[in-house]
Amino acid sequence: MRRLLVILTFIGMAASLYTAFIYAPTEPKMGHIQRIFYFHMGTVWVATIAFIMVFIASIMYLWKETRKWDILAYCSAELGVVFLTITIITGSVWAKPVWNTWWTWDPQLTTTFILWILYIVYLVLRSSAGNDVKRAKFAAVFGIIAFIDLPLVYISVRVMRGISPVVFGPGGGGIAPEMMHALLINMASCTLLFIVLLLERIDLERMSDKLARLKLRES
Amino acid sequence: MLTFSLLVIVIFNFAFQFSAELVRLAAPAMLWITFTFAGVLGLSRSFALEKEGNAVLGLLLTPTDRSLIYFGKMISNTLFVFVVGLVIVPMFVLFFNYSFMDTLLPLIPVIFLGSLGFVSVGTLFSAMAVNTRLREVLLPILLFPIIIPLIVSAVRLSGQVLDGKSVTGASSALQLLVAFDIIFIAACAVVFEYVIEES
Repeated sequence: MRRLLVILTFIGMAASLYTAFIYAPTEPKMGHIQRIFYFHMGTVWVATIAFIMVFIASIMYLWKETRKWDILAYCSAELGVVFLTITIITGSVWAKPVWNTWWTWDPQLTTTFILWILYIVYLVLRSSAGNDVKRAKFAAVFGIIAFIDLPLVYISVRVMRGISPVVFGPGGGGIAPEMMHALLINMASCTLLFIVLLLERIDLERMSDKLARLKLRES
Repeated sequence: MLTFSLLVIVIFNFAFQFSAELVRLAAPAMLWITFTFAGVLGLSRSFALEKEGNAVLGLLLTPTDRSLIYFGKMISNTLFVFVVGLVIVPMFVLFFNYSFMDTLLPLIPVIFLGSLGFVSVGTLFSAMAVNTRLREVLLPILLFPIIIPLIVSAVRLSGQVLDGKSVTGASSALQLLVAFDIIFIAACAVVFEYVIEES
């Protein structure tokens, strides 16, 4: 089963490289740089799923208090941060030639940036909070509070800017069907990659649990 | 906390080199930076005293709902932070040459709502931070990214007041501030019982 998933991911990644670089037509205004958007969207989509999973797993942990929900929350938070980092980097690379700046403080970007910081803080909290049960509880509490905070952050940035319409972002209007295909294939293969990495990461965490137990018995 | 906030104001004064024009623009931000830093300083001590005296166990033994402990802590912290805010604002008005009557009264509710939201999350995180290895160092790291909406709306409201305009000009900021308070008081009261434990 796992092997099948890995093979599928491999094929998906190859297909998304092909569709992004060769199959999809070149955007007339932005040129080749627009192709980075397929990976940008794919990773941000995965990061969103990952953080929603952290939220759900956190609630489930506080309710059930079983280790598996804690592992799930931890692993998806970690992967979410990785994918969101890729999103921010690809976004900056895209923005430099197109907007002529690496970064602007528009609502979407600011919210993404704060989202990124919040989950880095989540990982910092985990690494500094002693034993397993306490760490899991604290992390779950922070995971819930951070997620609730996000809509407020988005609104607040709009308040700060005096509510301006979002003019940037991928063109909503005339997108060629080939571009749409490329986008969907990229999002699908990124999701597959996320699932594979998540399963591996969960296995790793279980193994380190097992190792800790064995060491405890030894001593 | 009071000495600290006084010092921060003095440092700001030097940093901006007494330029009246710049102070006008930066005043609301300076007010809330001072308030936030002084508040974090106070909050980080809030559970440290219990920890040192091992009084948390005593609190937990009281036959009440855990959220009541939260509310008790939160109300006392709010009063504390609010009083500090009440002292900072007159100093601000004094040093940066604002008129007392026009700015002081409308700023009080803003300071109160700000303290309430700040403390609601801060009390929860303070209880968490004392039980980690990083101790008090962790509190600002946890707290600052969460309170961004609060700071944004409070700065906007204070800016409105300090410019001598009415608060209704920034009603969306006021709504956001109140929403932040309500949401986080409710959410933190619910999750508090998982944080406070004999440890």
